[in-house]
Amino acid sequence: MKDKRLGNPLQRQGVQNTIAAIIAILIGMLVGLIVLLFTDASRAGEGMMAILTGGLTDLKNMGQVLYYATPLIMTGLSVGFAKKTGLFNIGAPGQYMMGAFAAVYVGVKWTFLPAGIHCIVAVLAACLFGAIWGILPGLLKAWRGINEVITCIMMNYIAMSMSNVLIRAFIYDRAKNQSFRPDETAELPKMGFDKIFVGESGTPSSVNAGIVVAIVLAIVVWVVLEKTKMGYELKACGFNKDAAKYAGISEKRNIVQAMIISGALAGIGGGLNYLAGAGTGIMVADTLAQQGFDGIAVALLGMSNPIAIIFTGILMAYLTVGGLAMQSFGFVSQVITIITSVIVYFAAFILFFSQIIAKFAKGKGEKQNANAEPGDSGQAPPAQPPTPPTEGGEQA
Amino acid sequence: MSEYVIEMCNITKEFPGIIANDNITLQLKKGEIHALLGENGAGKSTLMSVLFGLYQPEKGVIKKDGKEVKIKDPNDANALGIGMVHQHFKLVHNFSVLQNIILGVETTKGGFLKMDDARKKVMTLSEQYGLRVDPDALIENITVGMQQRVEILKMLYRDNEILIFDEPTAVLTPQEIDELMKIMKGLAAEGKSILFITHKLNEIKAVADRCTVLRKGKYVGTVNVADVSKEEMSEMMVGRKVSLNVEKEPSHPSEVVFEVEGLTVVNKEHGKKVVDNVSFQVRRGEIVCIAGIDGNGQSELIQAVTGLIKADSGTVKLKGEDITHASIRHRNTHGMSHIPEDRHKHGLVLDYPLSYNLVLQSYFEPEYCQAGFLKYDKINQYAEKLIGKYDIRSGQGGSTIARSMSGGNQQKAIVAREIDRDPDLLIAVQPTRGLDVGAIEYIHRQIVAERDRNKAVLLVSLELDEVMNLSDRILVIYEGQIVADLDPSKVTVQELGLYMAGSKREEGK
Repeated sequence: MKDKRLGNPLQRQGVQNTIAAIIAILIGMLVGLIVLLFTDASRAGEGMMAILTGGLTDLKNMGQVLYYATPLIMTGLSVGFAKKTGLFNIGAPGQYMMGAFAAVYVGVKWTFLPAGIHCIVAVLAACLFGAIWGILPGLLKAWRGINEVITCIMMNYIAMSMSNVLIRAFIYDRAKNQSFRPDETAELPKMGFDKIFVGESGTPSSVNAGIVVAIVLAIVVWVVLEKTKMGYELKACGFNKDAAKYAGISEKRNIVQAMIISGALAGIGGGLNYLAGAGTGIMVADTLAQQGFDGIAVALLGMSNPIAIIFTGILMAYLTVGGLAMQSFGFVSQVITIITSVIVYFAAFILFFSQIIAKFAKGKGEKQNANAEPGDSGQAPPAQPPTPPTEGGEQA
Repeated sequence: MSEYVIEMCNITKEFPGIIANDNITLQLKKGEIHALLGENGAGKSTLMSVLFGLYQPEKGVIKKDGKEVKIKDPNDANALGIGMVHQHFKLVHNFSVLQNIILGVETTKGGFLKMDDARKKVMTLSEQYGLRVDPDALIENITVGMQQRVEILKMLYRDNEILIFDEPTAVLTPQEIDELMKIMKGLAAEGKSILFITHKLNEIKAVADRCTVLRKGKYVGTVNVADVSKEEMSEMMVGRKVSLNVEKEPSHPSEVVFEVEGLTVVNKEHGKKVVDNVSFQVRRGEIVCIAGIDGNGQSELIQAVTGLIKADSGTVKLKGEDITHASIRHRNTHGMSHIPEDRHKHGLVLDYPLSYNLVLQSYFEPEYCQAGFLKYDKINQYAEKLIGKYDIRSGQGGSTIARSMSGGNQQKAIVAREIDRDPDLLIAVQPTRGLDVGAIEYIHRQIVAERDRNKAVLLVSLELDEVMNLSDRILVIYEGQIVADLDPSKVTVQELGLYMAGSKREEGK
């Protein structure tokens, strides 16, 4: 990680952001520990250890972490990608749900498809439905100037009700009040993971090809954003839409494009989750998909960087698995929700943290310079964080 | 009592990798207007930030009335009677003028504001110094000039004796500048001491008593303004001889490249014609300048011909082709270059590296893009070429984030990009706004060179000097209409001023 030219690794943006994210996580853990102490001080230590090590206790749990991470990485990519292009896609839950419905529908109904093809078609259906759910707010924003946050929230509730209606109409398993499970031929291949990630009792984890798809897509999103003409245009719009317009880039086309891709990513997330072969159908309930909202947290914590989102997605999943382990000590699972919420809350401070780190790094450099001065009486002023001269000069 | 009200002796301030102030001494006499002159990045702002307590110097002392003082933060500065008008005003936009002035030093009685006393004091000060303000107007509704007077009143209300003005004229119209100059003289006559940061030599000549010059963080000297010429001062500032006049041969215009016919733009909010039936032509090999006071429709005219806004009627032709409804990209790729008025809003993606910004209108060309992927090597090579050819200075070459570059170099980058695209028509809107003498000279030369390469140049400028020096033909715009088509060699500045103010109009226009 060290760059010799710059000397101090703390002065690098990526390192600063990583450290800032770790600080947010540590604060979240600390708050979690306090909650545990209040609930049951005698077992708080064990509970905390369960959260911290739950995902590592055996191979099965390690596999479960990757299984839970798959949809989170996808919704994280969805939100992060939109963010890079200047849009706030809070519609990931809806896009995720529509993707899930489409994948399960294809998985249940289109059994005429041969094995390998069936699951690919199901994922593509999820992608398409997610994209459709993304395109509507995109079109409204581009042509009528309607704030995408408002339309996305409304689209979320439409998705929730719509998927309930559609499930009841086409693929309803009355006994369980959920959708049927996708046909086995539609399940994602295990890719041998079920041989590696096996628990002590011999039960395999639910991890499957989905995590590979998610990681590959994260890399693809990174390449698109950083290496392609499309990424150049999308990010230019995100940074400065006036300059993009001046450069002849169509802002409208960009907004629609970004929302289609963003929606598709969230939709695929929904598809991958229900094609995992973990034995669950889609519950018919009046709740929005939690994975969609968690995607916002994952993207925030990863500073919308697709590669970082892989890791923050895995981290969130790790906490979920740790939370399950913690429950065996008599704690309620909501503690995990509190911890993730606090992390998200402090993730919003990441910029602030990384600025402090930057100032610390700079201040140290400045102090060193001052001390290096020959003849300096050692009265170097305390490292003063340099403030831009045009700011902060308000008369008190 | 010391002769000097403020002395900054041998101030040294370092940042990692750069010495922003290297052993600088500045002495301010009571009741004088002392200019601080230097190019962008010469260390003027750092020095003032040291005086205002925003930075602590590594070496050197500050003396007030001969006694050494420590200024640790702006509160200390304020307690010593030092006030500052920042280049970007620090006002609360939805507060009234009066509320802004007392903000932070409110006098209260039992928790309630005593506004009447404050109002009395503000009105007295306002009359005493000729600072016309409406105390009950909201900041968002008043002109930039009046906002500046509010900032000055803020300092006076706090009984500041030493007033720092950081490039106060950058945002003002010529009339407002004149008024500010009068106000500054009035303040000095009343015994206030003024530090005036600027790089405009005319203004120094007009108001300052003495002038301290900085160059690249070092102290060059302090002179009595009356004893030196503008040329001498600019030489001190830049370190070499600078010609303040643009040297150019007479123009040899040939065929018409750009034709605007009956162009009208209606403002959507108040329904007024901001550009009213404007027609003109620009030929190869000439610089046509649209002169006028800010806000007379120049911006809208240029935005309409460049495609940033839609024209309501009229036609625009480039090389004979009707481009009235063409896309911006079509205009960009068919011979139009545009140095925009606002380099931060339109000209640059500030968070992109310099290299990306230099291909802002050409990144999609086969030269830089293949099968949807950008060719970084080619983009970087091109950036390095422009950086060398146009002397764009930046910390890390092409990978420097544009935001971290100085204003002058940002503008140079835009000028380089627009000229290097080899346009038939170069549109330059206030290309030298806010730049120092060295950069202005450079950009003027580039514009003349474009003309001499037989390109058509359409220039928009608010600076009379620039209009007179650079143009081959002057079109005066007033309230959205072209009111005169003048030959700069046959018109005086005074006459031009009358056209610009709307009190004179050419026949048939």
